[in-house]
Formats: sequence, C-alpha cells, structure tokens
Amino acid sequence: MQFFLEVLIGGALAGIMYALVAIGFVLIYRASGVFNFAQGSMILFAALTFVNLVERGVPFWLAFAATLLILIASAFLIERLVLRPLTNRSVITLFMATLGLSYIFEGLAQIAWGTQVHALDLGISDEPVAIAGLSLSSFDIAATAIAGGLVIVLALLTGRTSLGLSLRAVAADPLAALSIGIRLDRVTVIAWSLAGFVALVAGLMWGARSGVQFSLSLIVLKALPVLIIGGFTSIGGVIVAGILVGAGEKLAEIYLGAIIGNGIENWFAYAFALVFLMARPTGLFGQRSWARI
Amino acid sequence: MATLPQPLVSTHPRTALPALIASVAIVAAAFLPFAIGSDYLFSAILVPVLILSLAGLGLNILTGYAGQLSLGSAAFMAIGAFATYNINLRLPGFSLLLSIIAGGVIAAAFGVLFGLPSLRVKGFYLIASTLAAQFFVPWALSQYGWFTNGDASGVISAPPLTLAGYSLDSPAGRYAYTLAIVAVLTLLARNLIHSPTGRAWMAVRDMDLAAAAIGISPGRTKLLAFAVSSFLLGVAGALWAFTYLGTVEPAGFDLDRSFQVLFVIIIGGLGSIRGNFLGAAFITLLPIALSLAGAAIVGPVLDPALLENAQKVIFGALIIFFLVAEPDGLTRLLDRALRTRSSWIGRSKSRQ
Repeated sequence: MQFFLEVLIGGALAGIMYALVAIGFVLIYRASGVFNFAQGSMILFAALTFVNLVERGVPFWLAFAATLLILIASAFLIERLVLRPLTNRSVITLFMATLGLSYIFEGLAQIAWGTQVHALDLGISDEPVAIAGLSLSSFDIAATAIAGGLVIVLALLTGRTSLGLSLRAVAADPLAALSIGIRLDRVTVIAWSLAGFVALVAGLMWGARSGVQFSLSLIVLKALPVLIIGGFTSIGGVIVAGILVGAGEKLAEIYLGAIIGNGIENWFAYAFALVFLMARPTGLFGQRSWARI
Repeated sequence: MATLPQPLVSTHPRTALPALIASVAIVAAAFLPFAIGSDYLFSAILVPVLILSLAGLGLNILTGYAGQLSLGSAAFMAIGAFATYNINLRLPGFSLLLSIIAGGVIAAAFGVLFGLPSLRVKGFYLIASTLAAQFFVPWALSQYGWFTNGDASGVISAPPLTLAGYSLDSPAGRYAYTLAIVAVLTLLARNLIHSPTGRAWMAVRDMDLAAAAIGISPGRTKLLAFAVSSFLLGVAGALWAFTYLGTVEPAGFDLDRSFQVLFVIIIGGLGSIRGNFLGAAFITLLPIALSLAGAAIVGPVLDPALLENAQKVIFGALIIFFLVAEPDGLTRLLDRALRTRSSWIGRSKSRQ
C-alpha cells in the first residue's frame, strides 16, 4: 500500500511538470485560437539560450531577463511575420504554421548554441524526502511549488487585470473585441510573450532535471495528452490533467506494464486521453462550443 | 470545428485541360525515366516521390477532403508494411501484389478503429486518436516478435520483387511496379472523390451539421474517409518497405514520417489530387537541392550538423511562406501558370 501511494503521489508530482508545458499552450490558444505546436521548441530555445548565457558567466537573473527579452522579441516577430498575414485563416493553417515555427526555433537554437548536452543546476536538489512516511522527490515538490506559483500569478494576471480582461475578450469574440478598441496585435504579442515566459520556466525545470538537450522539444508530445484531457482553454484544467496523467502513467507502467510489456509510457497518456474524450469531448474543463447552421 | 480552405476540385468546372495534363504526365512518367535510365534517379528520387504521393493522397482524403486532421499517417503505413510482410510470409498463395492489397485492407480496418473517436470528438481534440495510433503501433510492432518473425533486431528484409514470375528487382523494375500501383490507385481515388462519396466528404468537412441536415450521415462518411485514407497509406507503407527501402523497421514509421506526409499535402495543396505529386516531389528534392547548394556555397567541408539545422530553418520558413503566400499550395501555383498560358490560346473562357 505504501509503495502504491508512493508511485501515485510521485507520478502526480511528475505530472505537474507536464502541466507546466501545457500551460503555455493554453495561454496562446485562449488569446488567439492558435494551437501552438512550437511550444516545445520554444522550451528548447529558451533553455539553450539561458544555459549558454550562464555558462558564459552571465549572472542568473540577468540571463533570465535576457532570455525573456529574446522571447518577447520573437513574439513580436511571430505576430508580425506569421500570425498577422494569416489572420482569418483556418485553424489548421495556423497549426501548420506553428509546425514551421517549431522547425525554425529548433534549427536556430542549435545553430546558435550547438548540439551538445548542457547540465543545468538551479540549486534544487533531487533527493528522496520522507513526508508522512512516504518517500518523495524533493525536486518534484519544488516543481509543484513553482507550478503552483505560476498558476496563481497567471490566474491573477488574467483574472484581475484589465490586460486579462482584454485577453478574455479577444478569446471570446475577436471581432467584438476589435470594435470596442482592443488592439488584437498587442494582445497576441502579450499572449505569446507570456507563453515564452512559461516556456522559459518549464525549460529551466526540465533542463535541471534531464539536461538541456534536443529532447526538450519532444516534451510537447508529453504535454499534448495533458492538454487534451484538461481542455484547451483552462489553466486549472491542465494542472488537474497533469496530475492525472502523471499518476496514471506511473501506475500503468508498473502494474499494466508487467502484463503487456515495457515502454508503454509513450502511448499510454494518449489512450488515457481518448477515454476521457469519450466522456467529455472538450476535455475536463474545456469550453463547450455551440454550433448552428 | 476545423474549417479548411475552399475545395479546389469542386469549384472548377472540369475541362479537357487537366485531363490532358494528367495523361501527358502519366505517359511521361511511364516512358521518360527509362529513356534517361539512371539508377539513382529511379531508386533515390522517383520511387520515394511516387510512394509519398500515394501517402499524401491518403492523408489528403482524410484531412483535405473530409476535414479530419491526422498526425498518425505513419502508423497506418507501418500497419500496411508489416501486414503485407506477414501475409506474404505466412499465407501460401498470396503473391506480393495480393499481399500488398490485403495489407492495405488491414490498415483500413485499423483506420476505422482509430477513426471511431471522430464520431464524438471534433477539431484538434481528435489528434489524440491519431497520435495514440502513432505511438501505439510502432510500440506494438517492436514489442511482439511475431510481427517481425522473431527477428531480434526488429528489422525485416523484403523478399525479391516479382510479378507473375518475372523479376522486377532492378531499380527500373521497382519503379515500374510502383508507378503501376500508384497510377491505378490514384485513378480509383480520383473517381471516388468525384462521386457522391467525395461530395459527402466535402460536405462534412465544410459543415457537418448542415451535411447531417441534408441526409448525409456524418459518422459513416467520416469512417469511410478513415478507411479509404488508411488503405492508401497502408499500400504506401508496404511499397515504402518493399519497393523503396527493401527493409523495414518500426522506427522508420515515426512521427517525423507522419509530419513529412502532412507537409506533402500542405505544400502540394489541401483538397487536390495533383498537389500530392507536386508536394511529394518538392519534399524529396528540397533536401537534395539544399545539400547541393550548401556544398556549392561553403564547400564540401560544411559541418553536417550545421547543414541539418540550416535545412530545418529553411524548411520551416518555406512552410510558413507557402501558407502565407500560396495557401492552396503548389497545385494552385501551377494552375495559375497554366491559366496564363491557356489564355493566350483563347481558352480562358472555359476556366472562369
């Protein structure tokens, strides 16, 4: 029983790391309806930029700010060069454009900073900690705290400020938002910059855990089922979904993997997501959309 | 609900010109390469272009015509390849051609299975289903030794290519075999797209509620699209294994292959048959052209990692450029070029 609980809670905490990635998706999807496949490459780009600055002797916070500035600048460029010319185009077209973006981010990151693996030490130790008789990873607990902090900041920002109000207005009805004087382009840049900020935080956490390397951009594939279960429009939803997926994945690996074979974590989350979709076609907390002829 | 660009096929009245171009292209494909006769041309360019065109056609039916986004094309190619291999190996009396067709049918069955969630789930949420296929199928194929006939490496080698007792195991023979299958299937798919079935796909794509209101069953229509699409992808996967690579392993059908097929239809043109061939040619030739250009500009000492990343950036930029500048793909570009030409000879009226 104790082993079961340890697996369950360890998995749930690890799942928070997936949610950290999925939050970036939600921010962009809510503000511009774009399904941003490049979120994973943005994480790689951000982490590589940060770690290389730090290795060149730039202090932590300065490197953080410089990377953030670069991400904000790319948000401007993306709005100007990709999203604005594609205004009013189908969602599939926009999705495919973000596929192109992900290639550009990956290529540029590795041209600029090389392809070797970098270790990243954030000063967070990864040791087993005993809490209530259960042995848990201190790194996972720290990640949970950071994700929690991020969610609170983002919830306040999007819930309590006029900026958040305009973000939600654009998400609800872009035309109506335009007609009351909300600048669509500015809202888009802000949403992509926020997603860049989240990508940087996620990149640092994932980089500290598994090294800053190309595989960081593949986390997007881990985050997609979390996003699908949580619903594309809910930050709280993806946190809950991250916990569910993380716990489900670890339990399945141990109890189901013993029966049907190892390595099921590659597809288990998607099968899990399908089961959820059968019950709730727009995720746990996703907005239902009405259709009429 | 995901909406797609306007259909290319249905908005144009059919004229003699496209049919003429198609026949010229088929005749040229049948004879011209044999006149040039370079093995490199056959096995490194023409065969993969044809197979990717067929795969593109499969995905285009699902995404371009029926409006269901799929990121799992390679999974159905893998099912086709491994089903063909096992049928050919285990069932006596199944020639390779028959095995390829049977492999396609099995891929179609799995296509319907993974298409079932489309009855309830719409838009981007549907990618959960095709991505589940994408990750589950290669896992299952390498997990259970039966699929690879107990080969520890998980790599199977294809039997020699023969047709009715004749060996087709030369690069030219492989090309002829591939061309024949791709041409026949493209013709059949084209007829299907122009039939009421194809109209139903487009109706469901453009608005499934309205389609249901005029008596089209969206569920059955979507599942049929999944079946036809997966059949074509399955045959393409079998050809990829048997006429292109000669060997096949599950890792060859990964997510990157699915994206490659997706890029074929984006660059060629969604909802276009000709576009698949243009897109496949572009996708195959671009890396070759980029490495040649790289070697010509910087010299042969170019760092391969740098070249690979530069290719990535150029590729990504090209995709965005295409989406911005020519959303309907290369096929529309060619259309426009032809229209300009045909207006000189007084055909423009029939194109309006």
